[in-house]
Amino acid sequence: MPGRGSLILERAAALLVPPILVVSLYLLFAGHNAPGGGFAAGLTAGLAIALEYAAGGPHAIRRATRLAPTTLLGAGLVVAGLTGAAGWVFGGGFLDGGAATVDLPVLGEVKATSALLFDTGVYLVVAGMVGVALEALGTGEATE
Amino acid sequence: MLFALLVSHFAAAALVPVATRRFGQRAAWLAVAPFAASAGWLLATAPRVVDGEPVRASLGWVSSLGIRLDLTLDATALLMALVVALAGTAILAYTTGYTAKPSRLAGRMAAFGGAMFGLVVSDNLFGLFVFWELTTVTSYALIAYDDHSPEARRAGLQALLVTAAGGLAMLAGFVLLGSEAGTYRISELVASPPGGTATAAAFGLILVGVLTKSAQFPFHGWLPSAMAAPTPASAFLHSATMVKAGIFLVLRLAPAGAGIAAWEGTLVAVGLATMVLGGWTALRETDLKRILAYGTVAQLGLLTTLAARGTTLAAAAALLLGHAAFKAALFMVVGIVDRSTGSRDVRVLHGLRSALPGAFAVAVAAGASMAGIPGTLGFVAKEAALDRLLEVDPATLWIVAAGSALTVAYTLRVIRVFTGPRYGGPVHPERWAMSGPALALGVTGVVLGLFTAPIAAITDAVAAVSGADPVALPAWPGWKPALGVSALTLALGAAVGFARIPARGGRRTADAGFDAAMAGLLATARRVTATLQNGSLPVYLVVILLTAVVVPGAALIGGLALPDGLVAGESWLQIALASAAAVAAAGVAAIRSRLGAVVMLGVVGYGMAGLFALQGAPDLALTQVLVETVMLVIFAIVLARLPERFAEPRRPAVGPMARLVVALSVGAFVTAGAFAAMAARTAEPISSAYLERSLPEADGRNVVNVILTDFRALDTFGEIAVVATAAIGIAGLVAGLRRRDS
Repeated sequence: MPGRGSLILERAAALLVPPILVVSLYLLFAGHNAPGGGFAAGLTAGLAIALEYAAGGPHAIRRATRLAPTTLLGAGLVVAGLTGAAGWVFGGGFLDGGAATVDLPVLGEVKATSALLFDTGVYLVVAGMVGVALEALGTGEATE
Repeated sequence: MLFALLVSHFAAAALVPVATRRFGQRAAWLAVAPFAASAGWLLATAPRVVDGEPVRASLGWVSSLGIRLDLTLDATALLMALVVALAGTAILAYTTGYTAKPSRLAGRMAAFGGAMFGLVVSDNLFGLFVFWELTTVTSYALIAYDDHSPEARRAGLQALLVTAAGGLAMLAGFVLLGSEAGTYRISELVASPPGGTATAAAFGLILVGVLTKSAQFPFHGWLPSAMAAPTPASAFLHSATMVKAGIFLVLRLAPAGAGIAAWEGTLVAVGLATMVLGGWTALRETDLKRILAYGTVAQLGLLTTLAARGTTLAAAAALLLGHAAFKAALFMVVGIVDRSTGSRDVRVLHGLRSALPGAFAVAVAAGASMAGIPGTLGFVAKEAALDRLLEVDPATLWIVAAGSALTVAYTLRVIRVFTGPRYGGPVHPERWAMSGPALALGVTGVVLGLFTAPIAAITDAVAAVSGADPVALPAWPGWKPALGVSALTLALGAAVGFARIPARGGRRTADAGFDAAMAGLLATARRVTATLQNGSLPVYLVVILLTAVVVPGAALIGGLALPDGLVAGESWLQIALASAAAVAAAGVAAIRSRLGAVVMLGVVGYGMAGLFALQGAPDLALTQVLVETVMLVIFAIVLARLPERFAEPRRPAVGPMARLVVALSVGAFVTAGAFAAMAARTAEPISSAYLERSLPEADGRNVVNVILTDFRALDTFGEIAVVATAAIGIAGLVAGLRRRDS
């Protein structure tokens, strides 16, 4: 089994996973205007999951995410689907996009697009897929 | 309001299980609500719709393809929607008394009701198709409700396969019809119907959908089998609503089908054959539910015959209402008898009238309507049909009269369960929760037969919408020749009904035919799979790759041109990266160590990422690097479980020379294809338009991301659904392999 009992890897994972996740979130949020986007961000988050796996084995994934990877998958599809359905509520078609500018304290003016929400769905699906694949290949057990 | 009602059915279906956990089985009443609400609203709106003012609603769906969810409630839709809502209210109320645990059944029936409501009010061919197939899927869950019974599962599968196959043929017909007419909106399509051979072919395909859904010969076998369903589901699906969907489509498309002789002729002929066949088979059955099922097949045949022609279409509309009321009520009676005595066998049951007075009253009222005795809606509708047929088509009239006599005969068999010497076995008293709703439907059929004005108003409006001739629907027609035909059918039917006809149980030819077709299909599939899937991965790869090279590659030969401005390389860095990737690719094939091969594959991928970055595609490069990294990690995990070096079989399925040839030809094909694609461009690339529209329309500067999340978001949505499906597939595959090994 990979990484079972390797202290160096365990410490490295503990140090590296949070910044990797921050980078993945940056890629997600920046994606609409700069290189990145839900797919790349989801893969980056998947790498963080893989690092956890390498350090602690398949069960470390559950410990780290507290959610079954299949739940991430499902949640992603639901988020993307609901974003699409919201297009109907605002009088457009399925997946018609929209944008709103909101004034937040500290951050100032922030522009929010429905595309970001949709991309969050993509992010969750891709990260969930990496998790499912690692769990399946690592333990041979289907995620229940 | 149409949307709210449509959604409310599905919402109720979703809420019932949740509410059951909290409030117990009482939650089943929640499923009655959408039907009752629809019935109330429809009755309130009916006068307006009948006056020729349809209610419309519309919702964007795939707007770029012109697919919208258009809903229209015109007279034809009103007719069927009323059947769904009124029969649904009565039958769901009945369901709460039918079993001790009604909530699961009621929830599924609410979902079916939503699909049926959607089918009826859809004004778009695609919307109609989606709801059509939704009724098929939900009907599977209702027929195979008793999932421990192999018979019920078989019946569910039979209904699913027969009606879904018909639905697919119908979809092809819809696409053909829509492209011929230039619109997929039904209201526009029937306003200016297309003509020509393609339209006739489209109607031929739609015909298959109609005949399978409405259980017409030779596809009728699934309906009697479907009697494995719980009786409330049979009352709702297999008498009142789903089986009428085919007839409804004939009414809906009547103006467009009017000019097509084959459409009309086939419907009339098939309908008549089904009517006689169904009526005769009903007489020979011994199970009450199967008698009613074959009776339904026969009545649907009559409806198909009448709906096919503009002259009799209005009579079909009246009979459709009448049939829904009396047949659903009779099914409910059978449910009561079955629950009270534990039997549905007409050879065993008799003299139940004093033990089950409510059921007896319903049976008499509904049976009178089914047999066509004056004072009922069944009589009024059938009389109108006979009267009109006498005028336009006497040959058809006599077949319909013969079929009606059979109807009278099997009605008598049902009624005789209540007459004769008192039943000796134990009889549980009937529940008013069950006989009450049944009585409501039975009485409705009688009241509407005495006061025909509301029915006449609806059928006149249906005739107007369908471009058909209206028919008069008097409660008493006066002494006319058609009345003589009616009296003759009653007398003849009574004689047949009291005559001894040998019962014939067991399996029917149509069922055996379905089973044989299924067995043949599976055997063929096994043979094909055994030939194509011999278990050798190299052989699969060679087949796939050679197909890719030969089929499109053949088109490249001869027409190959080099694009203008071709250069060997733009910078030394580019040439270096490409060479490194090429060397690594050759290394993957040559190296014997697994880990080495994986690392080399990584070099190819990162080399590609470098090329993307050099060409000014940072998004592509970023994604390529990430994909490559995740792949490496996953390979590393798999490698930990495999031998260090590749095994070398003594006799490989595909030899080294053959592999080399395949690899080189794939490489040559891809290169030639890339040149050809670049040289073949004639139109302005779509990317420049996207670049201009990105910021103003989608508020994004990263055009790649804007395309993914906005311009082509529907594609992305489909892709993440594929990703999720693939992930679940991986998990299942690995788990399956693991189980096989242990």
